[in-house]
Amino acid sequence: MGKLYDKLAEDVRFTEGLKACLNCGTCTAICPAAEFYNYQPRQIVDLLQSRDDAEIESLLKSETIWYCGECMSCVTRCPRGNAPGLLITVLRAVSQELGYFVESEKGRQQLAIKRTVGEWILKYGYCLYPSEILPAMHPEQGPIWEWEHENIDAVMHRLGANYRKTGPGILRKIPQEDLDEVQRIFDETGATERYRQIEEFSRIKAEEMGISLGEGLDNDYIRHIYTTNDIDHTKDA
Amino acid sequence: MKIEGKRSIWKDYQKEIATDRFFYVRSCVRQNFFPGSEKTFLRIMKDVLHKDVFENAAHTTCSGIGYHSDVVPFETAMTMVARQFSIMTESGYENFTTSCITSFGLYSEILETWHHFPEVEERVRQHLLNATGRTFLKPANLSHASDVFFKFRREIAENSTYRLVNRHTGQPLQVVEHIGCHYSKMFPSKGVGGAEYPYVLAGMIEDWGGEVIDYPERRHCCGFGFRQYLVQANRGYSLACSKKKFDSMAPYKPDFILTNCPGCPMFLDRWQYALSEMEGITYGANGLGIPVLTYEELAGMLLGYDPWDIGLQVHQVPVEPLLDKIGIPYDSRRKFLTMDGQLMGQPEPPSHLKFYQHE
Repeated sequence: MGKLYDKLAEDVRFTEGLKACLNCGTCTAICPAAEFYNYQPRQIVDLLQSRDDAEIESLLKSETIWYCGECMSCVTRCPRGNAPGLLITVLRAVSQELGYFVESEKGRQQLAIKRTVGEWILKYGYCLYPSEILPAMHPEQGPIWEWEHENIDAVMHRLGANYRKTGPGILRKIPQEDLDEVQRIFDETGATERYRQIEEFSRIKAEEMGISLGEGLDNDYIRHIYTTNDIDHTKDA
Repeated sequence: MKIEGKRSIWKDYQKEIATDRFFYVRSCVRQNFFPGSEKTFLRIMKDVLHKDVFENAAHTTCSGIGYHSDVVPFETAMTMVARQFSIMTESGYENFTTSCITSFGLYSEILETWHHFPEVEERVRQHLLNATGRTFLKPANLSHASDVFFKFRREIAENSTYRLVNRHTGQPLQVVEHIGCHYSKMFPSKGVGGAEYPYVLAGMIEDWGGEVIDYPERRHCCGFGFRQYLVQANRGYSLACSKKKFDSMAPYKPDFILTNCPGCPMFLDRWQYALSEMEGITYGANGLGIPVLTYEELAGMLLGYDPWDIGLQVHQVPVEPLLDKIGIPYDSRRKFLTMDGQLMGQPEPPSHLKFYQHE
């Protein structure tokens, strides 16, 4: 048994997700990602149960592990009770911890997610927050969201929200003492350290790629990882 | 829809749902994109069903979107959920109901993990104590808010003014139901009707007068895929999933799509707009889209609530054609007004998708 396999197996989600795969391919047949990307969950499970450390390291540095949408459709259908989608969550966690995520185009996107959803959780207490969902970053949201965004206080008031105000209700301002508890949970349980690792490995990679990376979202590296597919990831590639 | 086999499956997946004294936790996506739905849920629970539903302002996100986009570790997500349970406990409640499907799936996953690995639960209890000084009891009953409306669907029907019937033809409306993946795909026993043919929305549609469309891609994901939508470079995945569903359902001419997940109605609404702009495709009749509703909005509509009070004005695909079919009155001049009657301006019309405008 290899060291990387042992590391993966420390996570209860790994032992829950990998029992014995018979390579039937049912997971690939049901998988939305397999229909769009050059991706087969069956191959991932098969590789993992080989326990080959060199193969696992390649997998952790690959584009492949970032294609899954974590819809967990595979979990319902696996006749052996495996959970490929759950295994993906463990692979992604270890890839970030070891800094392997920056070796793939799709993996590098983790910094953009950390600097949006990741930081909004700590700043607002919500994964999403309307003033941060900029129409320019979300053209698919259409004119209705542009209108809402321009009139956000009035729209939220009209629809019964308690936006940015104290007390219970929709999009209320979450009290600072509660946000402080969230921050302490992040410090205690490893999220703060994961955020630091994502930042640090991304900084080194940005230097290596010669793309400037500053604070926040308004810099070349974030724009690059957020918008660009330099290689064709799709099934038909 | 052929239902004999499905009814047999449904019998195997009966779920216990609390009847009163609910501790309610909100959804990040719902609050941002369909705030009127949460408002309507609480209004119906209080005014129609006369239930005790409590919200504590100290609760936060469960961190589920961060967890499933893999920036938030499992250990952190478990402790965030433990904190929500702690707030429930201190509030004196034990029936936990979530507005969000991602949350519901995460709560189910964590409770199952703790059941199989008690040492993990003990570790999380210690994390929570270290970080916040809090302790907690686990919920006696965990439900999604759609479970609660399913349980009381007949009471809602009895109080309704309208039914899911085309007033021109007298025929039942044809409805696509779309269940959020994390409702029961991971743990079929946690959902009403299981994972393959969930009954939670089908039951509402049947009891409210409509008919459910059984179409090939009924269980396919809407395409959120977490990182597959959050990062612009990945959104082709998200769009492709929704398009696969639209192409599959369109031949059945659905009158509308009903959803129970906060994210799904947003994607199924917005991707119809995007497809119309990108390829000129519209899936409804005469350049219209297929309206997409939350179950709270649908209940509010049938109960006779003003469509603009429940938030139908924030849909990109207009809902007015459906209101017209059922015969629900609305004042189009009030669609984009503030609470005190001032016009907020109005959205630009899309290039192809027909949009109702204030004249």
